[in-house]
This record gives sequence, structure tokens and C-alpha cells, in this order.
Amino acid sequence: MSTDDLLTAPRPLLEVRNISCNYELERAVFDLSLTVNRGEQVCLLGPSGCGKTTALRAIAGFHPVLTGGIFINDQQVSAVGAMVPPEARRVGMVFQDHALFPHLSVRQNLASGLRLLSAHDQKTAVGDMLDRMGLSGHAEKYPHELSGGQQQRVALARALAPKPLLLLMDEPFSNLDQELREHMGQEVSDMLKENDITCVMVTHDQNDAFALGDQVGVMADGAIIQWDTPYNLYHQPRTRFVADFIGNGIFLPGTVSAPTRVATALGDLQSDTDLEMDADAPIEVLIRPDDVVHDPDGPIRATVRRRAFKGAEIMYTLRTAAGITLLALFPSHANFEIGDEVSVRLAVDHLVVFERESEA
Amino acid sequence: MPVIAVLVFALGDSGDIWTHLVETSLFGYVETTLWLMLGVGVSVFVTGVSTAWVVTMCRFPGRKVFEWLLLLPLAIPAYVIAYAYTDFLEFAGPVQQFLRGAFGWESMQDYWFPNIRSLGGAIMMMGLVLYPYVYLLARSAFLEQSVNVLEASRTLGRGPWRTFSTVSLPAARPAIAVGVSLALMETLNDYGTVDFFAVYTMTAGLVDVWLGMGSLAGGAQIATTMLVFVVLLIMLERMSRRHQKLYQQATSRYKPLPAYRLSGIKAVAVVMVCALPVLVGFLIPVLVLGRLTFIYFDRSWTPDFQLYVFNSVSLSAAAAVIALAIALFVAYSRRLHGGKILALATRVATLGYAVPGAVLAVGILVPFAAFDNTVDALLRKYLGISSGLLLSGTVAAVLFAYVVRFLAIAMGQVESSLEKVSPSMDMAARTLGYRPGQTLVRYHLPLIRGGMLTAAMIVFVDCMKELPATLLLRPFNFDTLATHVYEFASDEMLGEASLGSLTIVGVGLIPVVLLSRMISRTR
Repeated sequence: MSTDDLLTAPRPLLEVRNISCNYELERAVFDLSLTVNRGEQVCLLGPSGCGKTTALRAIAGFHPVLTGGIFINDQQVSAVGAMVPPEARRVGMVFQDHALFPHLSVRQNLASGLRLLSAHDQKTAVGDMLDRMGLSGHAEKYPHELSGGQQQRVALARALAPKPLLLLMDEPFSNLDQELREHMGQEVSDMLKENDITCVMVTHDQNDAFALGDQVGVMADGAIIQWDTPYNLYHQPRTRFVADFIGNGIFLPGTVSAPTRVATALGDLQSDTDLEMDADAPIEVLIRPDDVVHDPDGPIRATVRRRAFKGAEIMYTLRTAAGITLLALFPSHANFEIGDEVSVRLAVDHLVVFERESEA
Repeated sequence: MPVIAVLVFALGDSGDIWTHLVETSLFGYVETTLWLMLGVGVSVFVTGVSTAWVVTMCRFPGRKVFEWLLLLPLAIPAYVIAYAYTDFLEFAGPVQQFLRGAFGWESMQDYWFPNIRSLGGAIMMMGLVLYPYVYLLARSAFLEQSVNVLEASRTLGRGPWRTFSTVSLPAARPAIAVGVSLALMETLNDYGTVDFFAVYTMTAGLVDVWLGMGSLAGGAQIATTMLVFVVLLIMLERMSRRHQKLYQQATSRYKPLPAYRLSGIKAVAVVMVCALPVLVGFLIPVLVLGRLTFIYFDRSWTPDFQLYVFNSVSLSAAAAVIALAIALFVAYSRRLHGGKILALATRVATLGYAVPGAVLAVGILVPFAAFDNTVDALLRKYLGISSGLLLSGTVAAVLFAYVVRFLAIAMGQVESSLEKVSPSMDMAARTLGYRPGQTLVRYHLPLIRGGMLTAAMIVFVDCMKELPATLLLRPFNFDTLATHVYEFASDEMLGEASLGSLTIVGVGLIPVVLLSRMISRTR
């Protein structure tokens, strides 16, 4: 192996080992571990109150850990009873409300992390950053004179200007409107990739997470439940919670009829892998809206109960005669009205199966 | 701390004074105080709520001007307006002269004229200058009410009046209660008016027992009784504030309020409603004082007077700076560490504003005197010299009283401006490499400068106006503007007191102007 390979080989930049944190006297993060390699972008995704923001604040150094430790660049920055203060960690942070200093111009905001540089270096660094973020025309403006997207860029530029080892983002896009949000998500993602910036973002919005995260950790109750790529989180959720939280879908009751077969009220379904479950075990199969395909010759007949027009597609809520509700995503030209009868079939290859929950 | 001292001292032996008090005047004091508070409460409620509602919900000529004109009476301390009206309405004053001239009466026997120097007069005077508390809070409560709720009420078939009485008023109730309790705290605190009008409230009684009978312990016991009132008022205020948070979910979008356009008779009536408090509560007294000042200017503009001004200004400025520094320190350490103990300490420290100045004075003098006596005794014993009075009866005691009493104002201002600075701003500064202290200096101070200035200003002016604590704690022969005015007025030399009074009003206008500018910026 050459020296070059050694340098470029993934090496963890951030290591969080079994940390627990309290938030206002209640356990908010429980035995959480994660590893982020240099140049990798990861997301912590979860509903509000799941501990994701507390975890981020612990990484930034605003929150003490009660167990475990945090390492940045092989240096321990948080331990039980001791922590390196945030200003000495070389982390950059972007906030939900951007937290731009309102009394400083864009240029001064960018320079505020660079006070240790000489005036000349400061000027060059700020100029570079302004150029890179497309803000050159706005250097002398004040934050309130900027649009939401521009403020977002300034916040990012300010965090990146001191060349931090690690960029942390706390719900960075949630203050933007939907359209801008998707756009900024892509733009920021491209920017981070191009510049090889290591980043941890927390969000409750799966679209943001999917746009930015190479790896996404779904959190609930202070722990990471599944750490995976966005594709796998959607198509191979490992718990019912993840399946429920990410994307739409319904849980279709059934029983295991063979190691790779499931019997349901809508017919038998074949799995591409061994389900590794006992025969006759009561289970539920996750059926995503895109698993339900419109087919005039399909075996399942159902009535349209509700429709939500989404432009290119329409999301239908269907009800079979037996009373099973299905979500179905059809291309827009398959246009039905409420009360219409439609025929569909299930196109599921990889079965996502959970043990059936006993009815409460 | 002063509160504890009052309690401890009150439990001590005061000899016969307490029995004497209970037998003779205490119930009288309590009764008078209750009547006064009831009267002032009703008066400020009616004036404050009606003007606030009219100004926020109706459109009529001059509304914008009235919005801030209605605040002006706040600038006048109750005792100053009392002096002004006494002069205005007395036998030789312009009103009675005019009446005599108009009706041909010649002597007092010919007609009946209400005596302003009475309980009723005191209620009127205090109601006139204290209603802006209710006005301010009710107004902002009305403003913050969701327009949608009001419109919903209208679409559900309620007319403007029923909407007001069934929706607006109940929803603003907590805010109004806060305003009334603030006004009542001021009522309890007042000494100048009740003394001048010979209305024997507990404050008057306290000062009387202390200065007249020379019994600090008796004073402390009255003070304890007053503390019961204070605690009740604080509870009322706190409870209402809690409700206020529930009732007022600020809508993020500002919609112009649905205005009732008024014209003709209605507009005239509304203008009258708004003009009356301003006229009676501000314009007339200021004119009266102005006239007196003009007449007596040569006699009142003396080197002594300039010294009083200097005393007042320097003392108030020092108190403002100290209060601000403490407030900043406490508020910022709370922001950094946010501990429960610190939060409790803040709450205790801010109770000072509810404690009447006279009670506070007792509370300060007792421990200070004890400290002085101990030091003095020790020095005598071991060194054979007397230290005399170190703390009590010095300017330090007055300063301490000011800071304790008005710390709450500084604290409230500093805290609310700090709150407006998002916590992520702190984190941003920290991740950009600044230590907490640097963050405060570089980012917080510039952002909260406005709030801090306002805080300092308000504390400064309140100190200028403060009478009872100054009166009781000041060193011998030391006068501020307030005590100077009080002393001349006590000697029935209203003319000589008017320059001082007018000066206090003038200074008092500063925070009112600040306030009204703040208000006009909110919408």
C-alpha cells in the first residue's frame, strides 16, 4: 500500500463512543455511538424529542456527556466530567435560525471566525468564501437585507471560513420554504462533496436527510435505531418504527407459509430472501405505495376512498371489499375519481416483514 | 434580605407600642389602606381599560397622538400631582376664584366645594397617574389578540360590544390584572400624597411611628402587616402573568386590527374619553406647576436647589449603573449556567420592586444599624475609639435601597433583551472561537445596548422620584429633589416646591418618551 492510499483511506474523523446525555434532568441520549469518516456527510434523523439535537450539541461541546466519550481527529474532546470548550474544538456550526450576527455585515460575519489571521489573510479568506458561495455582491449588506437562501449561504460560509475539521448543522433548512429547501439541500450537498467537508446534520425531515446524508441514522428515544443508506432505510427498514417514520405505506397482516412465502388476504407474496421466521408466525408485510401497481387485469379490486394530486403522480387511498386499506402511487394519467373501482396488483420483490403487534 | 430583617425585627420586643398600635390606630391604617387600594384599583381599571380599548380598536381623529399622550401622566409622581391640585383647587386657587366670580359668592360659607385633601382626593390623584400601567398592559394585550378570534366572534353573530365583553376583555384579563397589581403596589408605596392629604394609610403610619414616636420596632411591625399585602399583590401578579402566557398566543403574522370607524357624536365622545385623563392627569398639573414655577422662580432657583439636583442626579445615576451591572451579571450567568438556584435567586432579588420604599427602609436600617453598632462596640472595646455610623444614615444606605428596589426593573429589561438574542447566537460565537466573556462583549452587548440604555434610564428616573425610602434613610441635612419638594410642600410652601416638582416631571418624561417610541415601533 502506498502512502497515498494510506492518506486517502477512510479514517474516522469523528467517533462518538457510547455517550449518554441528560436534557433538563431527563435522559435524552442513551448509549449512542457513531463513526464519521473524513469527507463523509451523515444525518441524524428523528422526530422531535428523540435526542438528536442534544447529541449534536454534545459533539459541539455545549453539552456534557454522562458516559462514554467523543473523539475528533483522534483527540478526545468529551469525557465524563471533562470537555474541551466549543471554541477550541475546530467545529463549525450552522443553526436553524442561521444565528447571523445582526449588527455585522456579511463580510464582518464571515470574518468573525478568523480573528487570529492577519488582516490580509482574513481579507483573502473572506473574499474566497464570498466567491465560492456566490455572495460577492452582498458583502456589505446586513443579514436582514438578505433573502432566506442568502442567509443560509452566509451562515454556511461563516461556519466554513475558519476551515473547521467538522461541520455540524442543526435543522439548517427548516426555516426555508419548500422549494428553496430542496434547492438548497442539493446545493449544499454538492458544495460539501466538492470540498470534501465532513459534516453531521440533524433534521426531522427525511427529504433533507436523504438529500445530504451518505449515511443516515434514524433516532428514537435517544438511540440510533438504524444506521444505513437512505435507499436501505426506505426499502429495508429493520424495525416497524423506521418503516413507519420513513415514507408512507401500510402494514398488511399475514402469516408465514414457507421460508420465503407469506400468505395474506391479498394473495401470496414471494420474498427474494429467506424470511428466517417460524412457519405460521403472525406477521405484517410493509406495502409501500409504489409497490401497488395499477393493472386492469390485476387480481385485487378496490374502491378509491381518497385521492391526493401531486402533479406527476397521484396518491390514492384504496379500500378492498374485505376492508383492507392500501396506499397506492399511480402516474398522473391513471386518473380516478372517489368511488371508482380500480384493479391493482402488488409488485413486491423484497418483503419487509415484522412480527405482528398484538392489538392494543 | 431587608424583608427577612423586617420579619426578625418585628418579632422582637417593641414594648408597648404594638399594643398601643393595635388598640388605637392599626386597624384604622389597614382600613384606610384597603379603601385607598380599592378606590385606586377601580379607578385605574376603568380609565386604563376604556382608553386602551378605544385606542386600539377604534379609528377616530387624533388616535395616533392619543396612543402616546395617554402615557404622559406616568411621568408625574403621585405626590407632585397632589401638590399641583391642592394649589389649583384651594380657596385662593383659580378654580374657586373663578366660581366665586361667576356666581358672586364671597366666602366659604356661601358654597360647598369638595376638599381635595381627603381619601377621595388621594384616590383621584393616584388613579390619575397610575392608570397608564393598566393602559399599557391592556393595550398590548388587545393588540396581541388574534385578529382571527375577534373576526370569528363577529361572524358568530356578536356585535362589537358583545365581542368586547365576551372575547376581548376576558382574554385581556390577566394583563389587566398585572397592570392593576402594579398600580396597587405603587399605591402601597406612596407616602407623599397620603402624608400631604392626611390620609392615614399604613405607609403613613409606618413613617409616623418611626419618625414621630421614634420606634423602629413599631415601624417594623407595621411593615410586616404591609408585607402581607405585598405578598398578596405579588401572588396576584405572578398568577396573572402565568395566565397571560396561556391566553396570548402571539400570532406570527400581523394583521391590521379590524377598526371601528367612528364619526360624528361617537368620535367626539371617544376623543373626550381619551382627552380627559391626559388633560386632568398631565396638562393641568403641569400648567399649574409651570405657573407657580414662573412666579416663584427667583426664590426657588438657589444654590441649595442646584445641590439637590446634583444629589438626585448623582445618586440616581450611581444606582442605575450598579443595578445594571448586577442585572447584567446575574442575567448572563443565568444564561450560561441556567441553574435552578440562580433562577430562584433572581426571583428573590426581583421581589424588591413590590416592597414599599418605607418597608424597605426599615428592612435596610435594622441590619445596617446592627452592623454599625457591632463594629462600633468592637472598636470601642479593643481600640477605644468610636467608629460612629458607617452604613446607616449614610448615602450608602439610600443607594442600597434604590438598588434593591429597582433591581427588578433593570433585571427585567436586561433579561428580556438577552432573551431576544437567540441561544444559537451564543453557540455560533463559541464555535467561531470566542470564549464566553468575549462572546458577551463582542456580540451580546452590542445587541442588547438598546435594552440596557432603557433599563438604566428607567431605574434612574424611578430613583429620582423615590420618596419614602430616601426620606427615611438619608443622612441628616441631606436632600434630594424629591425630599426637598416634600419638605417644602409639608410646610405648605407649594410655590417654592414647584420648580423641583416640575424638574422631576421633566426627568420623568424621558422614560415615557422611550416607552412610547418602543410602542410605536411594535406596530
